[in-house]
Amino acid sequence: MAFADMRNWLLDESPASRRQARWGRIFRISLAFRGNALAMVGLVIVLALIAMAVFAPWIATHDPIAQDTYARLRPPSAANWMGTDELGRDIWSRVVFGARITLAIVILVAVLAAPAGLLIGAAAGYLGGWVDRVLMGITDIFLSMPKLILALALVAALGPGIENAILAIAVTSWPSYARIARAETLTFKNADFIAASRLQGASSLRIVVGHILPLCTSSMIVRVTLDMAGIILTAAGLGFIGLGAQPPLPEWGAMIARGRTFILDQWWVATMPGFAIIVVSLGFCFLGDGLRDVLDPKSGEKH
Amino acid sequence: MSAPLLAVENLKVTFPSPSGPVDVVKGISFSLGRERLGIVGESGSGKSMTGRSILGLVRAPGKVSATRLEFDGMDLLKQGEKAMRKIRGARISMVMQDPKFSLNPVMTVGEQIAEALVAHKRLPRREIAARVRAMLEAVRINDPDRVAGLYPHEISGGMGQRVMIAMMLIPEPDILIADEPTSALDVSVQAQVLDIIDDLVRNKGMGLILISHDLNLVAHYCDRVLVMNSGRLVEDCAASELKNAQHPYTRGLLAAQPRLDETRDELPVIDRTTWSAT
Amino acid sequence: MATDTPFPDAGAQATRKRGGGARRTRKAALHLGGIAVSLIVTLLGLIAITFFIGRVVPIDPALAVVGDRAPKAVYEAARVQLGLDKPLIVQFVTYVKAVATGDLGMSVSTGRPVLQDLKEVFPATLEMATLGILIGIALGVPMGVHAAAKQGSLTDQVIRVVGLAGYAIPAFWLGLVGLAVFYARLQWVDGPGRVDIAYDGLVTPVTGLMLVDSLLAGETDIFFNAIGHLALPACILGFFSLAYIARMTRSFMLDQLAQEYITTARVKGLPERVVIWRHAFRPILLPLITVCALSYAALLEGSVMIETIFSWPGIGNYLTVALLNADMAAVLGATLLIGTVFIIINKVSDALYDVLDPRAR
Ligand SMILES: Nc1ncnc2c1ncn2[C@@H]1O[C@H](COP(=O)(O)OP(=O)(O)O)[C@@H](O)[C@H]1O
Ligand SMILES: [Mg+2]
Repeated sequence: MAFADMRNWLLDESPASRRQARWGRIFRISLAFRGNALAMVGLVIVLALIAMAVFAPWIATHDPIAQDTYARLRPPSAANWMGTDELGRDIWSRVVFGARITLAIVILVAVLAAPAGLLIGAAAGYLGGWVDRVLMGITDIFLSMPKLILALALVAALGPGIENAILAIAVTSWPSYARIARAETLTFKNADFIAASRLQGASSLRIVVGHILPLCTSSMIVRVTLDMAGIILTAAGLGFIGLGAQPPLPEWGAMIARGRTFILDQWWVATMPGFAIIVVSLGFCFLGDGLRDVLDPKSGEKH
Repeated sequence: MSAPLLAVENLKVTFPSPSGPVDVVKGISFSLGRERLGIVGESGSGKSMTGRSILGLVRAPGKVSATRLEFDGMDLLKQGEKAMRKIRGARISMVMQDPKFSLNPVMTVGEQIAEALVAHKRLPRREIAARVRAMLEAVRINDPDRVAGLYPHEISGGMGQRVMIAMMLIPEPDILIADEPTSALDVSVQAQVLDIIDDLVRNKGMGLILISHDLNLVAHYCDRVLVMNSGRLVEDCAASELKNAQHPYTRGLLAAQPRLDETRDELPVIDRTTWSAT
Repeated sequence: MATDTPFPDAGAQATRKRGGGARRTRKAALHLGGIAVSLIVTLLGLIAITFFIGRVVPIDPALAVVGDRAPKAVYEAARVQLGLDKPLIVQFVTYVKAVATGDLGMSVSTGRPVLQDLKEVFPATLEMATLGILIGIALGVPMGVHAAAKQGSLTDQVIRVVGLAGYAIPAFWLGLVGLAVFYARLQWVDGPGRVDIAYDGLVTPVTGLMLVDSLLAGETDIFFNAIGHLALPACILGFFSLAYIARMTRSFMLDQLAQEYITTARVKGLPERVVIWRHAFRPILLPLITVCALSYAALLEGSVMIETIFSWPGIGNYLTVALLNADMAAVLGATLLIGTVFIIINKVSDALYDVLDPRAR
């Protein structure tokens, strides 16, 4: 009964308090989200990735960098679930520890690029005039560049390595966030509650940070989640070429590169990390699609 | 009156909704001869769904059912998609509401009119052009050759609607359904468009179903009037009898019509409590 | 725009139209002018970015050229030769001038001018990407149309899966697996390279496109051999563009099929085929051109990953080798070339939109 009361309180059409309204909204969104099977699959995959990264030492069956020349290139078996590579390292354990690298890349890129894009877009949209024109001009120039190639060139200049790869990906992914943030800002800019707080003497900075940025977050979360797959693929590509994570780090793209030589006879070396990339990318796609459907239904399939 | 062209009995249109199926048309019956029938009702009362179900064009997930839906001796609900295509346009046609949306933006007006004819008749090219020109003249377009070459965005709303009428009448159907044909138009051209419809329908002895939310307009252009309210027929009477209508909803609609010799400060609001529980 | 104010009579309509004709051409010209300006600005932006990457990001470009064990005099000479003693803006102007005249510097790895290298490798990439996009368009567009017309059908499901796969599968991994399956195991296609080693260097490059050159030389053997080598990488690129094109076509078509004029077409009694291809498909042709152009540009970029796998002597391979040798002149040259082509494709498709759309004309 208490449960039913709780549910009614949450689904109340005319909430009595701000707290009730907020919790009601969250509850309704999670109800809609739970009804979407693919989105739930995506959520499970992403949670599994996080769990793998956090509990890697317990989930892995071997040391990811310990070499064992007697156990080179063994096919998948009960002892080595995904087989071993050319140095006798257990591929399953490397894939598990690789989750840490993938997660770190994804989070760092999001933390670097999204706020940068958000600030630039919100500033352009809110301030308007020449600030808008200059900022959006730069954004547009970046948007019409080939992102992957720019990232490659940038890493080449900075020097190979995982940090530089992350930096390069972040540098090439902020513009689309800036575009979204600007569009959102423009729709809110002339709303009455913004005008009201302006009348109360709030500064531009305060309005942008206090009112406009929070309103952009839901579409931003959707967009970032949808972009994750692309970020993972780019990072793996950099790793594959040899510009990303350096050995002996168990980065999935670099692992595929090492398996290239053995693709004909020891197929598992290159394919297993590939499956990991595919599953995780799909997870983010599903999750992003589901989040978009519940948080930002109007945007449709335009990404 | 001759034998009815169209007989509708207990027509229902149903849509699924989270809380079970919802009837948006709740079992209406009427018949149509070679006459002008008006359907009036406020927005959302199910007028368009009624019109579209006659043409078999209610989109999924909507479902149409009826104890009888007969046109010229044919059971429309039993016709296959192919047979329905032979009826659509050629025998029953429909003028849609807003030419801005109902004309294809990337085809010329002439192409779109010709296509309606070609879909049903094999004709030599020259004759098609001649018929298109004649039809455009019939809807009082002065320079048909030039207009035929224009794209919909290049013509005005009133002209767009006349093009629409030409397109729907060129295969010479028996019934024309006009679904709010003037509500998207400027007031100054509404009468002109309706006069054209009226003229052509009468000359060709067709049946007309004029759908509108404007009681006066329907009373003026139709012989008979049906009043719909939330999916039900509440009134079926001759246009001339309208002022004697009994149903409170119709009376409410009549009372809410502003008149030129108006002395009321405020128009009355329809009091729904007197007849409906929905 | 023209329908905003309804004109009650055709006379007024005609006058307005005649006045409008010239105005509209002027408007279109202005718009095209705008696209041209933005093309130039974007290209300058590209040059600025490569300049930045080449001159500003590395701590000391001169050191990068001479190595850290070079004597001081050599180092100083290199600095002066590179113009590093001048202010940044002067360096930039010099750089723009050099790029504009095709001077992209010397490649450390090949010892030849970068421009000459690029001229040789680019056709190989162009050939592969072009075949890829043709496959993507030829399959993706009809599949997308069909999926939208028959929602929930098998094609619809396939497109969903393929569309997702296009997002989630790394191209280089698919290339590797494809090579293992279709070349090594099934032997349906030929292996890496553009032709068998026995045929290598037999046709003199005229266009640089192997398929064209071999036909020009009348060497049909080489032509079919080249197709055997090209098939797999082109199909893999084709798969990715198919995924994108089919998904976009489907979504455009769904938008169209919900339009009022589709109902109009059905009211006329038109067959479903005509409703779909004439009424729903024709209006999406223009946005589709943009989608295909974007996809083509993306393939040129994506070939970088694929070429390594297939030992394809194109710009992607050239770039990868340069990257690993820290051959910055070659890296930036390749970046400039791919970027320029990318930007031009983008802007040309914008311009095409304006020229072809009856509503924008
Ligand atoms: N696709 C649909 N799904 C659910 N309900 C619909 C759909 N289309 C129309 N309706 C409902 O059917 C009712 C009748 O619509 P309609 O016939 O268009 O009304 P009218 O033409 O009288 O304004 C409306 O209340 C509308 O909400
Ligand atoms: Mg209606």
